[in-house]
Formats: sequence, structure tokens, C-alpha cells
Amino acid sequence: MAYSDKVVDHFNNPRNMGSFKKDEEGVGTGMVGAPECGDVMKLQIKVQNDTIVDAKFKTFGCGSAIASSSLATEWLKGKTIEEAQKIKNTDIVQELNLPPVKIHCSVLAEDAIKAALADYQKKADGALTEAK
Amino acid sequence: MKLPIFLDNHSTTPMDPRVLETMLPYFVEKFGNAASRNHAFGWAAEEAVESARKQIAKLIKADPKEIVFTSGATESDNLAIKGVLEMYKEKGDHIITSSTEHRAVLDTVKSLEGKGKATATYLPVDKFGMVNPDAVRNAITAKTILISVMLANNEIGTINPVKEIGKIAKEKGILFHCDATQGVGKIPVDVQEMGIDLMSFSAHKIYGPKGVGALYVRKKNPRVRIASQMDGGGHERGMRSGTLPVPLIVGFGKACELCEQEMAKDTARLITMRDRLEASIMKELEESYLNGHPTSRLPGNLNISFAYVEGESLLMGMKEIALSSGSACTSATLEPSYVLRALGVGTDLAHSSIRFGLGRFNTDDEIDYTVKKVVEVVTKLREMSPLYEMAKEGVDLKSVQWAAH
Repeated sequence: MAYSDKVVDHFNNPRNMGSFKKDEEGVGTGMVGAPECGDVMKLQIKVQNDTIVDAKFKTFGCGSAIASSSLATEWLKGKTIEEAQKIKNTDIVQELNLPPVKIHCSVLAEDAIKAALADYQKKADGALTEAK
Repeated sequence: MKLPIFLDNHSTTPMDPRVLETMLPYFVEKFGNAASRNHAFGWAAEEAVESARKQIAKLIKADPKEIVFTSGATESDNLAIKGVLEMYKEKGDHIITSSTEHRAVLDTVKSLEGKGKATATYLPVDKFGMVNPDAVRNAITAKTILISVMLANNEIGTINPVKEIGKIAKEKGILFHCDATQGVGKIPVDVQEMGIDLMSFSAHKIYGPKGVGALYVRKKNPRVRIASQMDGGGHERGMRSGTLPVPLIVGFGKACELCEQEMAKDTARLITMRDRLEASIMKELEESYLNGHPTSRLPGNLNISFAYVEGESLLMGMKEIALSSGSACTSATLEPSYVLRALGVGTDLAHSSIRFGLGRFNTDDEIDYTVKKVVEVVTKLREMSPLYEMAKEGVDLKSVQWAAH
């Protein structure tokens, strides 16, 4: 199967690959997928004043899964929480020109974004309750 | 050294230039139909076919009359299994086969099962991918008419104890079909000694042309009969109609002759290169696991799982080396290799497997390059893998509740 140039580019030059400390303030972590299914994505966001100032990923999976998560981190940076919620897997499919058999990679990336946002929200709510 | 490097010699092989040379006169100059009995064009073609039949038979210690030409091993498997089932249906309908057979065997058997024409037992294999002859013996029923077990596996290279299985088949009076596509020309094959009654193999796996294969059909002790699956002019003693592809058959014959003459030399070279590839990779990369049998394995085969990285991404990182992976992402089904699963390899490690297939034309330089590249790419992808990170932190990945999707 031939990959699109954009997938190849993200695969060869992954953006924002790495990790934040999970317990760091303002960090939300989403981990989705399973090793048995052949892909696991870890996506992390760092939030300050409701804006995502940084994002990082680590992915076990095929080239399209790596590219989808790499692209997701690029898109997340600079977005507000509300804007980030609106990223759809179909946007990723379109941007990376993913073939039908690779659509699940984009779904996984959307799930990872949602999971990271939810984790951040949970931690923020928790901190708020503690403060009260 | 030229890029890309071809290390996928189980899928196909480049044709040996010496094979091509013998084929060339049979396209334009000696183009006759081997079935034309009344003129010189036909006689020349027939002579070429019969000479090739001898070369092929010699490689497997058969009689030339026992060679039936087909379009390839898939057709041979179909012809053997369907042909025997149809011919001997009064005797029974039970087939014994193994779970790691090529799909040309498995799907043929399943198709017969689905149509109510056969019942089947799929024998499990041990952790090295080997069929246990005792399991074959125990699976035999009064209705068993065919045992079909492969000589060597196409993914992991494991060589089955075919001789022992042949002995059991003979003892019980059951026909034994062997898909020897990966073994013929690579390891010594003797249909007498191995007790094989029907055997499938093809030319393009042994540096011959694509589009031609053979089915060995035993003529004596016992005389095996099969129902033809292709009706027509009654070629190949009525077992396979269709005009013989003379140039391809000539090439097939030459390819077999070369394998016979050069097997010792090729094998020694391949084992040295393969063992060096294996040892160098294993030394550099922790948590790399060999799939298949440590010793009873095809000379050119090496199948390794690299924990924490996914196979397709590995192939993508090594685009200049032609390899194959058991990862689901390389297949249309989303399921990882059924062969590795049958060995008991976890789904995660099955996704992480790479098959290296060495052949006659690979060089030491190519092996050096491959080692360097594999180490580089696996290391890079492990850095990128959340699983590797977790394992390094001491997390037991088996204990994690994954959000499966």
C-alpha cells in the first residue's frame, strides 16, 4: 500500500514526540487502544488558562497511526479546550489522505484527544474541589 | 550494493538469468504446441517438456511420469485435495491437515467442508510450529482418506517431520499430500523416503518463472488417482487439461536442475548469512524473539518479533528493504498472522513480527546494511512507543486494562 506524502512526512519527522510527567500541573493524558489490536496511542496536553500550550504523543502502531497522533499534537497546540473538542477524525482522514482501511487510526486519534481533554478536566475539577 | 534490497524470497524469487536463457528460444523460434503430434514444431516442444519433466522429477526423486504440470502451487493444492476427495468419496470424506498450512490448502479444505463434501481435523502445532506425528495418528478415523501437511512453513520456515507422517499414512493406507512449495529446491526432498503420495510445488519460489507449478502424483505403491478439476483436451494423462506453457516448463526444469546442482553451496551460504543476521540483531536489540523452530528451519528463513513496535511501521521505516510482516496492518483482515497465533505467540508480538527471507542472490553487504537499518529503526520506534516507555517504568503490560476498540 502506498502512503500519502503527508503520512510519510509525519512518520519520518514526528512532531512533538515525547512525554510530560503525568502528575504535572495542567497536564491531561489520554491513552487509547490495546497492544492486541496493534495500536496504542498516548496523547498528552499541557493547559494554561484554558489554552493548550503544548502537546506530546507516543504511539505504538502503523505509520498512519503514528502520523494521525503526530498531526493531532500539531493541531492541539494553541487551541482552547473548547476548540480542541471539535477536532474530528474525518478532519485527520482528509488532511492525511488516509485510505479506508486506515480510518480506524484517525478514530483512535480523536479518542485520544477526547481522553486527554477528559483527564485534564477531571484533574482540574479535582483541584478545584480541593481548593474549596 | 544496490537499493532496494530484496529480502522477501519466501514470497517469490528473482529468476536466475541461466533460467531465462534456456526459456528464450521457446517463445518465438520453438513455439510449438507440445500436444501437436504430427509435425516438427510439436515434436520440438514435446521434447523440451519431457526433458524438463525429467529435471523436475530428479530433484524430488520421482519418476517423470508422476509430474503433472499446473499453473502453480495453489492450483496443485486445489487439484490434489479436491481431486482425491472426489475420486475416493466412497471410501470416506475426512481430511487431516494442520492449522499453519498455506491458505491454498486451508481454504480448499474449508470450501469442501462448507459444501458438505468433506469433514476436517485441523491439527495444532507446537510452539515452534511443528506438527506432531502422533497427533496425526490419533486424528485418523475410519473415514480418513487424506492427510495434508506442509513440508516447510512460508512464514516461520519450520520444517515438519514429513517422513514420520508419511510412514503413518502408509501404515494406515491413507493418502498423504504435502504442500512442499517452500521446501523443494531448498532442502533435500525424496518422495519415496518421505512416503509422499501427492506433492505441490512451484517454479517461482526456486528462481524459475511465475505461472507454472507441478503436482507430483504417485504412480506405484499405491497408484494414486485424482479427479481432474479442469475439463478439456485431456493433457497430463487426463489430470489437468490445457495447453502446456512450454517456455515456463523449460524454465521450471532448468530451475530445478540448478537447485539440485547448487543446493549444498546455496544452503551453506544462506545459513551463514542468516545466522549472522540473526545473531547481530539479537545482540543489538533486547526483547527480540525468534518465531519458528531454532534448528529445523529453512536455510533462508528468519522470523523475529520486536516487542513494543508494530510490524508495519517497521517496514515503513525500512522502505529500501523488501520484507514482510505478520502484522494485521499489512493484511486486509485486521487479524495478525494466523500462523504465529497457532504457535501461541501473543497477538501483541504477532503484530511486531518481521519475516526475513534470504535467497540465492543476497550478499553479505546487504545483510550488513539490513542489520544496521533494523537496529536503527527498531530503536527509533521504541523511543516512540508508549508500551516501551511503560515497560521501562516497570509497568506490567499484561496487567493494564486497555481500552480496546
